[in-house]
Amino acid sequence: MNIKEHKYTDVFSSFKGKDEELIPLLQTVQEQDGYISQEAITAISRFANVPESRIYGVATFYAQFRFKPRGETHIMVCRGTACHVKGATRIVDELETQLGIKSGETSADLKHSLEDVACIGACSLAPCIMKNGKVEANLTPQKIQKLFKPEKKK
Amino acid sequence: MDLDKLFDKALTDWGNYIGGKKSFFMVGNATCGRSAGSTEVIERLEALSSEKNSAFGVYEVGCIGMCYLEPIISVYKPGQPVLFYANVNADDAGRIAESFLEKDKIIKDKLLGILEKEGHNGIPSLFDSPMLKPQKRLVLNNCGIIDPTRLTHYLANKGYSGLKKALGMTPQKVIDDLMNSGLRGRGGAGFPTARKWQFAFDQDSEEKYLICNADEGDPGAFMNRSLIEGDPHSLLEGMLIGAYAIGASLGYIYCRAEYPLALERLDLAIKQARENNLLGDNIMGSGFSFNIKVKEGAGAFVCGEETALIASIEGSRGMPVPRPPFPAVSGLWGKPTIINNVETLASVARVMQNSPEWFSQYGSENSRGTKTFALVGKIKNTGLIEVPLGTSLKEIIYDIGGGVYKDKKLKAVQTGGPSGGCVPASMMDIPVDYDSLAKAGTIMGSGGLVVMDEDTCMVDVARYFIDFAHRESCGKCAPCRLGTRQMLDILEDIVSGEGKMSDIDLLEELGEGIKKGSLCGLGQTAPNPVLTTIRYFRDEYVEHIENKRCPARVCKDLKYYDIIEEKCTGCHACFKVCPVSAISGTPKKLHVIDQDLCIKCGMCLEKCPDKFSAIEVYPGSKPLET
Repeated sequence: MNIKEHKYTDVFSSFKGKDEELIPLLQTVQEQDGYISQEAITAISRFANVPESRIYGVATFYAQFRFKPRGETHIMVCRGTACHVKGATRIVDELETQLGIKSGETSADLKHSLEDVACIGACSLAPCIMKNGKVEANLTPQKIQKLFKPEKKK
Repeated sequence: MDLDKLFDKALTDWGNYIGGKKSFFMVGNATCGRSAGSTEVIERLEALSSEKNSAFGVYEVGCIGMCYLEPIISVYKPGQPVLFYANVNADDAGRIAESFLEKDKIIKDKLLGILEKEGHNGIPSLFDSPMLKPQKRLVLNNCGIIDPTRLTHYLANKGYSGLKKALGMTPQKVIDDLMNSGLRGRGGAGFPTARKWQFAFDQDSEEKYLICNADEGDPGAFMNRSLIEGDPHSLLEGMLIGAYAIGASLGYIYCRAEYPLALERLDLAIKQARENNLLGDNIMGSGFSFNIKVKEGAGAFVCGEETALIASIEGSRGMPVPRPPFPAVSGLWGKPTIINNVETLASVARVMQNSPEWFSQYGSENSRGTKTFALVGKIKNTGLIEVPLGTSLKEIIYDIGGGVYKDKKLKAVQTGGPSGGCVPASMMDIPVDYDSLAKAGTIMGSGGLVVMDEDTCMVDVARYFIDFAHRESCGKCAPCRLGTRQMLDILEDIVSGEGKMSDIDLLEELGEGIKKGSLCGLGQTAPNPVLTTIRYFRDEYVEHIENKRCPARVCKDLKYYDIIEEKCTGCHACFKVCPVSAISGTPKKLHVIDQDLCIKCGMCLEKCPDKFSAIEVYPGSKPLET
């Protein structure tokens, strides 16, 4: 375990192990790994001296934390009100068809992962998604096809 | 005071900006601008400038609020009015640079107006445009004009003069002034800010905290994001004034992780403030010390509730606890804590920079000042607006918003996000203030205004909001956790054609029960979208239940697609695109949809060429047998 914990030495170095750092710790680990692994939870538990059960309790409470790796291309679908009114349901349907995965899943080849989020805050350009941190706006099912078809052909 | 030196320095830097000797471009580069392609515009302009030995400058500014026209750029040339252009791409920007900066030729195409208050040579002022004219931009005045990455730009526009004034007063006087301004919390509930501060001020405690709630969780709202991206120092100044008034030495900004650019701007602004002793120990030699930490939210809507937010900062699950004690008495780490919304704090800065009377001259009787709104949904001019409280919904939708998208019929306006309700089109005369909206069954909320047209199904909207509340319920109390689940189940039944007439009464009964029985604001307001839609749109519920028809043709199970015989030319486009082969027909012959196979994905409608428009959607689960 000690050798494996080493993986997080750098991550932990800017923290003191205080209670209030639990969420930032999880966020930093997720930034590095792309998700929260069992291994990470054990490491955080030892570092911050907090029971694993409490870390799970906190991590599962917040929508931001994932327990499965994310894909090379990570797509966040906005399910905000403006997007909903402007047809986000059809965007999700089309994405699910194109990528062959459901929202909340990662494709078997780790190429794509799909997640829906409360609101990206680009409501004036609804419906929108965030593809690897970049907002794609004013979408239609056809635009989704254009966005994702070429990748599939490769 | 060292602040005066800072002001002098800032004015010099500002002097190089508008009114200076060098030409430059300003590019709206907030999240909305970037989504529309402003980054490419900036890259092109920078490349062009360096080709010509930095002939002109390129500044990034925030959002001026006309999001539907992004990317928006403006160009300044000494001795000329500042020209604003809309929907600009990289090529347009290049064209403007060459013809205006080099040949003094004004390109009229895509020209929006000029920054100056008076028109020039037939070009109108930007602020005379229908969208901006009715607005009063007290809080957003800097957004889209100043460079948010420069402290000097903020300082040169009265920035931190409010802090200077406050530091010269007693904390009690600051609170009194704020009381006189009539400012009420802009986060939703509308509690008078000064009274909240007074509670914390009256507590005898060595440590007190001030938290800014920037966890803008309402889906359909982005006021705080825009404000932070376009003018981050306003928030810091408001926090400094608040901290001085209540006696706090540490502050937190709890900001959503989904707002990467806002977080970046905040970090930079805090760094600049520290370097200039506007944050830290003994600020400007006043003896007052204050520091700010930024906490990234982790995606939980309930953390907008004060006690849940505190739990989250402490590193726990964000679950609310009963009040009292109120956070102003016992909050973060058990110490007196004040939590204010971003817009509230920015308003505080403006009140202090000007005067309580200046602020209270705007607005209506019990709702003073202005409010920002995210105007979105089925509306022509989407964007971020700021109007005096008391402005009617009609004025907002038709004058500022330009009317309903594609001139369809207005059905309702939703305010207050998942805690609010839907105001029907027949009530557009009501003024937007705390009390009038409450009377209509909704709330002001943090400022989301979602416009809904005839193609929006109100039952589906109710289902959407209850689904949201159900997902975001922290699970602590049964009425909210189980009640929203029950309401969701019933609504799912109704939208899929399985509803019973008794369901409507049951929804109302459940709704009232959840409101009374829940601990925090989330549960207490979660049924509002359902209750208001039943109140104003009961006929739509009845139509779904009794006639199995979705009049707005939204609910999948209660609508069907059909091909209009006279219009179909047999182009075969729909046949090729149907994922379940429900469409039969050969080229040049009439095509038919097999209603039993159809999954109602709508791909055929999308694909059918506009010139034919042979596919139509009808209410009802399938065509009536003839």
